[in-house]
Amino acid sequence: MTIVAFAFWVFALSAVASGLMVIASRNPVHSVLFLILAFISAAGLFVLMGAEYLAMVLVVVYVGAVAVLFLFVVMMLDVDFVELKQGFLQYLPFGVAIAGLVVVELILAFAAWKMPSDEAFAAAHPVATQGSPLAGPDAPTNIEALGLILYTDYVHYFQIAGMILLVAMIGAIVLTFRTREGVKKQDPVEQVGRKREASVELKKVPTGQGI
Amino acid sequence: MAAIGLGHYLSVAAILFAIGMAGIFVNRKNVIIILMSIELMLLAVNVNLVAFSQFLGDLTGQVFAFMVLTVAAAEAAVGLAILVAFFRNRGDIAVDDANLMKN
Repeated sequence: MTIVAFAFWVFALSAVASGLMVIASRNPVHSVLFLILAFISAAGLFVLMGAEYLAMVLVVVYVGAVAVLFLFVVMMLDVDFVELKQGFLQYLPFGVAIAGLVVVELILAFAAWKMPSDEAFAAAHPVATQGSPLAGPDAPTNIEALGLILYTDYVHYFQIAGMILLVAMIGAIVLTFRTREGVKKQDPVEQVGRKREASVELKKVPTGQGI
Repeated sequence: MAAIGLGHYLSVAAILFAIGMAGIFVNRKNVIIILMSIELMLLAVNVNLVAFSQFLGDLTGQVFAFMVLTVAAAEAAVGLAILVAFFRNRGDIAVDDANLMKN
């Protein structure tokens, strides 16, 4: 068994096992941690496939941002998770049956897939094979090749992705924004617009008498 | 043992996808686990895209994996924001209670 095959089996088994633990674990915090492990294993698989840049993005974006977001929400919400776990065994046979069916269907479909031979594919797609292992030793690296097509052929997709992130950011802020009552805050407009009459009152005080 | 080929990666992706799907069924009361299951399914889709991209020698698949990644991140952010807003209103996150619009 080569080192590549060994690494594949390690990453694949760890991805599948942590995926199972995500849905089976009692404590949602453990679920999030296993989700992080699943993402890291998938990043390992990406590296094995030669998609280094996507692997690094997966680690940075998912482990660094999305999983931590999940962790924050799980710890912030004061929820009785034991109660939410009820019904797990009731739906377990159904879920296992559906999942088994999907796995069998997908693997049957993939087994029927015929790969075109490398030479035939390269002849049919002369541009697409740049930057792939077919292109030889002096080919650009994965990140170089991705950058070359991401900012030229796919620049509109790139901008749409930016818009999606912007909309998601605004949406998340709007959804969670609230003005709380009874919080003392500085209001510059009110401060600047304050008039003398509103704050100071002058009284004529006769000598020897109070007001 | 045979060399690692396209079929191995696709099988891992198929199993991950099915796990995510089963997670939605067995944890139907817990929205957080459902969101995590959706993330798992999108991860399986990404593995598929990258595997085909690599074995066909066409980088388009990796560009689309980027798009899936973007949408998944946006979906997680908005989903968790909705969850937090729902928790503030109801004090609970049980999916069964989420029927205000129906009544």
